This record gives sequence, C-alpha cells and structure tokens, in this order.
Amino acid sequence: MTIIEYILLGFLVMCAVSVSLSKNLLNSILIYMSFSLVMSMVWICLESPDLAITEAAVGAGVTSILFFVTLKKIQAIRQEDKEDE
Amino acid sequence: MSNEKEKSRFMRWLDGEKDIYEGNVELKPQKEYVLTPQRLSEQEQERRQLTERTNDVERNRVYLFFKSAYVVLAVAFCLTFIFVLLWAVSWLPPVGNAANPDNNEVSARYIERGLQETGAVNIVTGMILDYRAFDTLGESHVLFVATITVLVLLRKDKGKKEDNDRVYEPKNDTILQKVAFILVPMIMIFGIYIILNGHLSPGGGFSGGAIIGAGLILYLNAFGFAKTERFFTEKTYKIVSFCALSFYCLAKSYSFYTGANGLESGIPLGTPGAILSSGLILPLNICVGLVVACTMYAFYAIFRKGGF
Repeated sequence: MTIIEYILLGFLVMCAVSVSLSKNLLNSILIYMSFSLVMSMVWICLESPDLAITEAAVGAGVTSILFFVTLKKIQAIRQEDKEDE
Repeated sequence: MSNEKEKSRFMRWLDGEKDIYEGNVELKPQKEYVLTPQRLSEQEQERRQLTERTNDVERNRVYLFFKSAYVVLAVAFCLTFIFVLLWAVSWLPPVGNAANPDNNEVSARYIERGLQETGAVNIVTGMILDYRAFDTLGESHVLFVATITVLVLLRKDKGKKEDNDRVYEPKNDTILQKVAFILVPMIMIFGIYIILNGHLSPGGGFSGGAIIGAGLILYLNAFGFAKTERFFTEKTYKIVSFCALSFYCLAKSYSFYTGANGLESGIPLGTPGAILSSGLILPLNICVGLVVACTMYAFYAIFRKGGF
C-alpha cells in the first residue's frame, strides 16, 4: 500500500514540474487533468472519499473543460492546427 | 406622474433600455479614424523600427539583463519557497500522535455525538450541513456571485447579432453523440444518487452537483445549444438558483432560531441509515446540488457564447 502511495506522490511532483515546463498550453491542461485524477486517488488513500469525488468531478472535469474553452476563445488551439498544416 | 403602462425608470435601467449617462454626462463626439497613405507608411516605419530594435538580441541590453535575471530570480524564488515549506513541514507533529492539537474535545464530541445529533451516517456531511451549515451557505453564495461576475464580464449584448451561429453548434460528431447518448443518463443518475445519499455515503451536494453539471456540459457538447435550451435557459437558472438559495437561507434560519445545537426543532431526525432521515440535511443537500449543477453549466455556456 505504501509503495503505491509513494508512486502516486512521485507522479504528483512530476506532473507539477512538467505543467510549468511544458511549452504547449494544451499539454499543460492535459497534465493538470491527470494531476487532479491522481490527486483524487491520493485522497482515497488518505481515507477521505468525499474529497476524492469532488476532486475528480471539479478538478479533473469541469475546471479542465473551462480551461479548454478559454484556450479556444483566445484561439490558442486553432493556431496550432494551422501551424501543423 | 408616471403612466401605469410604461415601465418605471428603475425597471428600464434594469433592463438596459435606458442609458443613465445619456444627456447627463458630457460626451465628446468621436472623430472617425481615417487611414491615409501617409499614416499607413508612418505606422509601417514604426513597426519596422520596433521589430528591428527588439530583434537586435546582441545589443539589446534590457533584453540581455532580463533574460538572465528572470532565470536567476525564478530559481531563487522556487528554492526559497521549497525551503520555507519544508521547514514548516518539519515542525508539524507526527501523524496519529495522541498529543496532537487537532485531537481535542471538539472532534471527540463530533465523533461521539454526531450521529445522535445530526442523524447522518456520513459524519462529513453531518459536519458540513449541520454543525457548519453557515459556511456552506456562504460557499453556495460565492458560486452564485462568481456566475454573476462571469456573466457581467463575458456577456454579449442583446441587440448585437452573433457573427456566426454555426461556431457554437457541434460538428455533428457521430462518435461523440453515440457516446453521450449512453453516458449522459448514467452520469446524471450517478450525480443524483450522490446527492440523495449524501448523508449515508461519501459525497454530497457539491460533488453530486459538479457531476450533474459535467453531464450537462457533455450533453451540450454533443447535441448543441438548440437541444439544451428546451430545458435550461437563463430563466431556469434564475428560478432554480433563487429558490434553492432562499430555501437554504430559510431552513437554516429556522434551525438557528430554534437553537441550532441539537435542541428541539420539530424536525424529526428519523432512523439513521434510511434515505428520509437526518432532518434538514437531505433538502439542504438537494439545494446545494442544484446551485452547483446550474453554476457549472452556466459557466460553460457563458464561456462558449456569452449567454445561456
């Protein structure tokens, strides 16, 4: 059990560092999303399922969607599509 | 004085028909900007000079200074912050120690008498919606105020025509629609289950409401605004939020009026473990869930097209 917890905590640190180092905003949001998901698992390990459900729904779900919409609004996603073409 | 058929000044101002500054504040008429060839060449020259000056990396002293200063400052700030946090953590008492300051008579009383006083099996919900219900009321209002602020900032004017309606519509993605067709009912039922079982199992109004809101957003993404507007408009949001928040206010006011501390309030607590138990917690959970679900959906709708 503790090994899994250490792996999850290490993953959290890795996510936090790579969010700030990633150049691509879309990738940052995806990493942030996985951070929230792993965080909800950590909450379950810490025996607080109430927080885990809220973290999964709000952190991984709604917040990331709002970030995506903001990126689309400021046309950060579409620009990258054009660059790929 | 005022005609009955006409709306009052306040109502007209509220609907945005009357501009209170018109006629009262001196407004200078704006000159229209005309783009002459001379101005155009000036602009171009300015832009060229600016790019030349900024792209001259080797001689741009300000750029060189900040290029190194930012890196040094960022690393120094991070290291200081990490050091301070680790230092603070090293002073924390060990987990599970009986002499810890959080192991006092408050939590002991909540654990011992919580079930008896609130009737909720899930002690967290009993805490949030009974002992500390006033905090939760404030949280719901914070969400409501946040929606209003976003609406003020991002709202599109009523008279303005939208540039392209198609932008806000889905691209009729078959995969997305089929998946949403299966998933959305399950997400909704799971959210309702979490709200209704808030006092029995982990969860509650906030998490359940967020799940329902996420389900609504998925439905909106798959099928477009035309379908969601059949059951959720700005009016629905107003009515639901207002009713839920005022019911919460009234119910909690009554609870405070009768003593708020497990005193006789006339509301039966029921048998712990049944759905219809624990007094006011179930209706309060439903209220919080409604407000949160509406807020999440409203955020998304306002972000997408500046309205519901």
